[in-house]
Amino acid sequence: MLEVKDLNAWYGESHVLHGASFEVREGEVVTLLGRNGAGKTTTMKSIMGLVPRRQGSIRYRGAELIGAPPERIARAGIAFCPEERAIFGSLSVTENLMLPPVVAPGGLDVATIYELFPNLKERASTAHGTKLSGGEQQMLAIARILRTGAKLLLLDEPTEGLAPVIVQQIGRTIREIKKRGFTVLLVEQNFRFAATVADRHYVMEHGQVVDMIPNHLLESSMDKLHEYLGV
Amino acid sequence: MMMIFGIPAPLLFGQLLLGLINGAFYAMLALGLSIIFGMLNIINFAHGALFMMGAFAAWVLLHYLGIGYFPALILSPILIGIFGIVLERTLISQLYKLDHLYGLLLTFGLALVIQGLFRNYYGSSGMPYDIPDALQGATNLGFMYLPIYRGWVVIAALVVCFSTWAIIEKTFLGARLRAATENPAMVRAFGINVPRLITITYACGVGLAAFAGVLAAPIYSVNPDMGDNFINTVFAIVVIGGMGSILGSIITGFGLGVIEGLTKVFYPQASATVVFLVMVIVLLFLPRGLFGKTA
Repeated sequence: MLEVKDLNAWYGESHVLHGASFEVREGEVVTLLGRNGAGKTTTMKSIMGLVPRRQGSIRYRGAELIGAPPERIARAGIAFCPEERAIFGSLSVTENLMLPPVVAPGGLDVATIYELFPNLKERASTAHGTKLSGGEQQMLAIARILRTGAKLLLLDEPTEGLAPVIVQQIGRTIREIKKRGFTVLLVEQNFRFAATVADRHYVMEHGQVVDMIPNHLLESSMDKLHEYLGV
Repeated sequence: MMMIFGIPAPLLFGQLLLGLINGAFYAMLALGLSIIFGMLNIINFAHGALFMMGAFAAWVLLHYLGIGYFPALILSPILIGIFGIVLERTLISQLYKLDHLYGLLLTFGLALVIQGLFRNYYGSSGMPYDIPDALQGATNLGFMYLPIYRGWVVIAALVVCFSTWAIIEKTFLGARLRAATENPAMVRAFGINVPRLITITYACGVGLAAFAGVLAAPIYSVNPDMGDNFINTVFAIVVIGGMGSILGSIITGFGLGVIEGLTKVFYPQASATVVFLVMVIVLLFLPRGLFGKTA
């Protein structure tokens, strides 16, 4: 579904990605693991067209997206939930939810979204999206891209800084949307959480993908993983 | 004769009305500047020139094509809006990656060029533009005579300002606009064509200036420098209201028009400076302006 080959990316003068390659197959949940600064977020932003300069190949369902502007990448059916969540303070909760345009049929309708995220329904009339708690903002950031019909979701550290009970809820949500046919590329620091949702894990180091570990081999690869992640 | 604070009532209300009319123009121009600043992050110094072009468009439509005031009220903003689209696409959009100062310099230069061209073709003495028949005359309000055209200007400005506010704050399109003002990259990543949204925003801001220009044509003579009389005050108003604040521009525009009018009654010498005095005081206590968001 998504094939990334020899991806290079730069922020101004600094060369962040050095030929990263990996693939995500339809219906999978795949994580990018790695230390801070390994290039996980930059990989996501490069796929989304949000990095000023990039080279290599990003193919989505056969179409080359490396030179495309972000709005075209989104229209191709890829949606992004950034680490900082990007909830808009000048928009109400409902406006935040309805902001991303529908790009393809097959997105979840609002009733289903409220079933998945009952908290959002209660807070729907909140006048400023940023008045929500961190957990609620994260839910909203995921919920709004489920509406659009995009089938590949890029989730950048959705559990960061959240209470364990909310992390569990996000885990349940990711398993639920996988069941509904979405494909997920997940950036995670917390590989114990990643193990509960993912099919495969790519390990990134210094702007490259250095290893791939299927989820069922994660336990037996602990030593290797500890070395990669330095934990 | 009725007196209020030792001032004859007709004089007081007359100046209040004048203040309200100036305030109507301040509000419309400040509103356009605010919308443009919020989205493009440039201070549109060409705004006064585009206001003037709106008035000229009405004059040209009448004199060469026989198209009257009411159609001009719609046609002129469309024509000048299209001119704005051309400006934004060909010139202003080249500067988004540079410092804001370049946008300021470019639009300031554009204003000088546009005004220069009009002065060259039409001279600087000004052309009369008659009040349309339907809005001629005056009505007696009991405490003063209200020229109908002036009442119309205030009402038209109020309607346009609050419609603009409602579109931005209450509609779906407005939500996109607010979101793109806050975080354009993320809005693009949702599949919304932000560069096009920016062009539309500029065209609408410019259209507002042109609409104000048509409203102004019968009151002030149509001349190449008519924007200059307003624009300095309008910049002060945008700053007082809070850069980029929609409601702030509208309220501050009308409010300062009235304050200016009242100053003309009680202390005429200060009427030209009172706006800037208010600006100094507001900025001393509220550096972001009356309605500016605290970061």
